[in-house]
Amino acid sequence: MTMLSSALKSSSLLRGPSAARCLSAWAQVEMGPPDAILGITEAYKRDTDARKINLGVGAYRTDAGKPYVLKSVAQAEQNILQQSLDKEYLPITGLAKFTSAAASLAYGTQALDRVAVTQSISGTGALRIGGAFLERFHAGKAIYVPGPTWGNHGAVFRDCGLKVGQYRYFDPQTNGLNLAGMLEDIRALPKGSLVLLHACAHNPTGVDPTSAQWAEIQKVVEECEHVAFFDMAYQGFASGNVDRDASALRSFVEANRAPVLLAQSFAKNMGLYGERVGTFSIVGADSAERDRLLSQVKILVRPMYSNPPVHGARIAGEVLTDAGLREMWLGEVKEMADRIIRMRAALRGQLEELGSKKSWNHITDQIGMFCYTGLTPAQVDRLASEFHVYLTRDGRVSIAGITTGNVQYLAESIHKVTKD
Amino acid sequence: MSYFSGVPQAPADGILKLSVLSRADTTPSKVDLGVGAYRDDNGQPWVLPVVREAERRLSEDPSFNHEYLGVGGFPALTDGAQQLIFGSSSPAIGQNRVYTIQTISGTGANMVAAVFLKQFKKPTDAAVYISKPTWGNHRSIFETAGHEVREYKYCNYETLTLDIDGMLSDLRAAPRGQIIVLHACAHNPTGIDPTEDQWQQIASVMADRGHFPFFDCAYQGFATGDIDRDAYAIRLFVDRGFELLVAESFAKNMGLYGERTGCLHAVCQSADLLPMVSSQLNRLSRATISTASAYGAKIAATVLQDPRLYEEWLLSMADMSQRIKTMRDALRDRLVALETPGTWDHVSQQIGMFSFTGLSKAQVDTLREQYHLYMTDDGRISVAGLNTHNIDYVAQSIDAVVRAS
Repeated sequence: MTMLSSALKSSSLLRGPSAARCLSAWAQVEMGPPDAILGITEAYKRDTDARKINLGVGAYRTDAGKPYVLKSVAQAEQNILQQSLDKEYLPITGLAKFTSAAASLAYGTQALDRVAVTQSISGTGALRIGGAFLERFHAGKAIYVPGPTWGNHGAVFRDCGLKVGQYRYFDPQTNGLNLAGMLEDIRALPKGSLVLLHACAHNPTGVDPTSAQWAEIQKVVEECEHVAFFDMAYQGFASGNVDRDASALRSFVEANRAPVLLAQSFAKNMGLYGERVGTFSIVGADSAERDRLLSQVKILVRPMYSNPPVHGARIAGEVLTDAGLREMWLGEVKEMADRIIRMRAALRGQLEELGSKKSWNHITDQIGMFCYTGLTPAQVDRLASEFHVYLTRDGRVSIAGITTGNVQYLAESIHKVTKD
Repeated sequence: MSYFSGVPQAPADGILKLSVLSRADTTPSKVDLGVGAYRDDNGQPWVLPVVREAERRLSEDPSFNHEYLGVGGFPALTDGAQQLIFGSSSPAIGQNRVYTIQTISGTGANMVAAVFLKQFKKPTDAAVYISKPTWGNHRSIFETAGHEVREYKYCNYETLTLDIDGMLSDLRAAPRGQIIVLHACAHNPTGIDPTEDQWQQIASVMADRGHFPFFDCAYQGFATGDIDRDAYAIRLFVDRGFELLVAESFAKNMGLYGERTGCLHAVCQSADLLPMVSSQLNRLSRATISTASAYGAKIAATVLQDPRLYEEWLLSMADMSQRIKTMRDALRDRLVALETPGTWDHVSQQIGMFSFTGLSKAQVDTLREQYHLYMTDDGRISVAGLNTHNIDYVAQSIDAVVRAS
């Protein structure tokens, strides 16, 4: 044995037996893909310019650019604190007071006795439960999402073991809906396919079908015997009216032809973001089926996280079931939606006032937190580097990041990068 | 014909069934020994004073809100949790080779670990070994993630102590490089923990065979009442140079149960592995929950980061574990005084919330049906369900049933 190898041998003995395994258990672990939105936020944070604007944020901001804790939520939280409740485990399916009120909010008065509903880790968790359920019980292991869709949809469903396909949705020519393409693609799917639909306030485009367009979409889904999986993360937040925002979902359920699943989030409309409040539900044929479905959902949930967090559900349950708080909440949701609508109008108005030759109708036609501006990646990069305005490279703007204080500067910046 | 007509009714969860039965039983003498949560001497849930204080502070903090946490979780929690498990002077922390991600309590940490291991384990066909017996959800979690699950001997069902020879033999016989699920302390369901000497033997065998340790740590501080003692096994493995994963829960030791507060820690060989490992853990957590729940994390972080609250918390944990120890001894002493057939030393020697009594399923059924004593079919009792008001009745009931068998 050479001196070198014996030296290596003795040094590895000093460091412990496993150090003799030169290679880490993780040596082949590759770097995961960078998070696009996180990158924007980090660049924004590093920027020291006073005019900087963060349009990547996926959370509501007040006109002062601050996070907003709803008064109805703060009141509910105070009420709960005063009750000195314990922190015992919830059942697997969560807080019943919350889940039944949440189901009523989504579905209205219909079908409630046959809806299998479980509390979930906000919208993402609901999609995950749904994906796992469909992977187990749906014959074709593929789900179809609109092009484009929320960045995390693909990751969630693929990790469930589903293949993820796309149907046409956004028309970059008009910055609106490509209805013909959408209907054609959905019709062309194998019979009984899983179709993911954004219930309202499409993310990232802000482009929602009109009710007439929804009727056409519903007809095709039903005729092809497809399964409708609704993702509803913005109920109340889109139009300002919770019933209106749920009308597409309710229309499908009322017709009772296409099977319906729903991922429901209270992150935005109650500002409960980090408390992870949501539900996953399946509309069954009757209450016996509901029970069977729920039994299977529990089997899926138990190895994921056993039971869901209690605090956010208590708050949401309180807000939804206390008449005074509920009314206060509905008012606040409308206020948030109205501020978004005002900022859309302001941005469009300013761009037109600046004499922009481009059409900016889509800013006010689109709905909800996000706007697909039509800005190119090059323009987006210029906005960041020259104007300290940060948005994702697909041209998506979070309208919540716009305030009366920054809308003029924003309009000027956008005008400057688009006018040639 | 409904689209879902082919979906069958799933079997009910065993422990849930038990608690449903127990809740429906209105007999005054009823004793619920199935519950997996701490109870005070009046059989009531106990929210720790430091938790109430932390909540009060949060409610008065003008900067408190419900914004999303980052994908890694609440930094004050994950940092504090790291120090708690590994010790503030841990070389692994000092060398920056620990990544911690916040999870939905211990179950969530187990699940993230299971999915991560399925994707990245070496060899790619490594099986996951769980103790016989173990927490009911372990098999489900790892099988759902796609692993083959095998068992290693653990409980000597005759003596109700650790079958260390059987365990070491199984670890030696397993192919190289398997994943071994270890309970850091207060083994669930048996309450049987290896001694420090036995842990050293386990570590040596695992090093020889190149096995990968996954520690499930749901009872730190709750087992012996001493957080450092309860972390002995984990810290031993780190000192020995192992890479490992640790699932950590604050459900029991901080009484945060339903707030779902926990972490997964990854200890890597070197700091340059952290960017890759953390990016992958983040990515797969993002696809399950996006981000973890904030409130419980803020409570736990408040306690961990405030020296006075931290000290008070240690005392509360000591109180809880002491009350449990007192009940263990009380049950054992009464059974011995009653001259109940069999030996009962294991009841006081076992550790943590649960005790494997050795009662048979038939005896368990009789205790439930005739004496209104609720425990799981494997004879596991939650010692936390015992108190000074029911201990005599419980001892007498067990005595009666054992004699009758």
